[in-house]
Amino acid sequence: MLARPGLPSFDYVRATSAEDVRRLLLEHGPAAGLLMGGTDLFPRMRDRLLRPNLVVDVKSVPGLRDIGYDTQDGLCVGAAVSLNVLASHPDVQEHYPLLVEAANSVASYQVRTRATLGGNLCNASPAADMAPAALCLDAQVELYGAAGYRRVPVGGFILGPGRTALDPGEFMVAIRFPSPRAGSHGTYIKLGRNRAGDLAIVGVAVYGYPDAANRVTGCRFRIALASVAPVPVRAPAAEEAAALNPRAADRLRAAADAAAEAASPVDDVRASAVYRREMVRNLVMRGLRYVTAKLGRPEGGWSVGLGEESA
Amino acid sequence: MSRQAISLTVNGAPERLEVESSLTLLQMLRERLALIGTKNGCEAGECGACTVLMDGEPVNACLVLAVEAEGCEVLTVEGLAPSGQLSALQTAFSEHNAVQCGFCTPGMLISAYALLKRNAHPTELEIREALVGNLCRCTGYVRIVEAVQAAAGESALS
Repeated sequence: MLARPGLPSFDYVRATSAEDVRRLLLEHGPAAGLLMGGTDLFPRMRDRLLRPNLVVDVKSVPGLRDIGYDTQDGLCVGAAVSLNVLASHPDVQEHYPLLVEAANSVASYQVRTRATLGGNLCNASPAADMAPAALCLDAQVELYGAAGYRRVPVGGFILGPGRTALDPGEFMVAIRFPSPRAGSHGTYIKLGRNRAGDLAIVGVAVYGYPDAANRVTGCRFRIALASVAPVPVRAPAAEEAAALNPRAADRLRAAADAAAEAASPVDDVRASAVYRREMVRNLVMRGLRYVTAKLGRPEGGWSVGLGEESA
Repeated sequence: MSRQAISLTVNGAPERLEVESSLTLLQMLRERLALIGTKNGCEAGECGACTVLMDGEPVNACLVLAVEAEGCEVLTVEGLAPSGQLSALQTAFSEHNAVQCGFCTPGMLISAYALLKRNAHPTELEIREALVGNLCRCTGYVRIVEAVQAAAGESALS
């Protein structure tokens, strides 16, 4: 077997302050590569798709590996917190089980030891497994750069495949999640070739919570999709159909159709666009059934119409 | 800055060496420390043949820089049997014919060891999920899962 080329040579800096990172990124521009978990960076460097002269390791920047939670401000996850640390944190398990489920769906255990929440979002993959959960949970990403700190809703951060709202010299320091809505439940359903370990062919997150002001169903929903559009997307029309469609018997189907409409999938090596759109329909129905059952609406109430297929 | 001196612990022994920034932990273990039990499969974090423990947690050594291991404790398959005496987990692999060509075995053992450390009595599903990142082209996995189940019944980590 031929010797493998390994990684191209580069200089390595372990940054110890956000200021250091900003300065190095501004000084070196595109020649600098930012290292968190390295699970995407290194394979791309090995394949010579990226050739940074300088690798800036941000894991030692204060706060980047911290998780903080309080009932007022919600959850703050340092950008370089690994998915295993996130998924095993007691506050995350108690208050944000949707994040735990999404994190555990990524790749393999040993990849998740290294892969980070910030990296999953910064790679801006259409298939980013953490993005649908982040969209449903109203996450904001906190960025630091030439203009200081700023916060951007996650939906405005991922702009296209591999493209984010990061300015030159700017990097992600944290991801913030508001306090969970009382009585909320969610699920992330990932369809891959295998039960685990693969990229998503389709990923669907459904999140629901009681809303007394909604006289139709008493609930509101968030529905977000991965791997079926250039970026992970919310499906607002589907959310509305699930919560507001006056005909109980039609809600599930209407929400599923609206979600399929919100998708703009492509044919690729993993699946055809037609298949993906059909799976969005199925998985949104499955997710809504699961979440509404968890929300525990009374027998004979609206959930009967939502939970049973009329077809 | 492309060469740096690092100190770390490998299988309980302190090591101090000077490494290129671009040297991976996998290359360091195999080519500098001659610990060739850890295998080089895909170099992309897909196959798990290079799985080692870093501060107690399994990682793909091909996706970690040697310089990132500064100050860390690394455990490789050699460290599972420091005196040459096989651990209960290794014995279970042997007795259940969970080894065929053997290339995936070091990574399998490390992933299974890490699983049993965090969950002494895993279900079959938990075993399968924990080993998702370790590919085996020979066994079909059934015997590997059986070996881990058997080891979980004993003092697997001794």
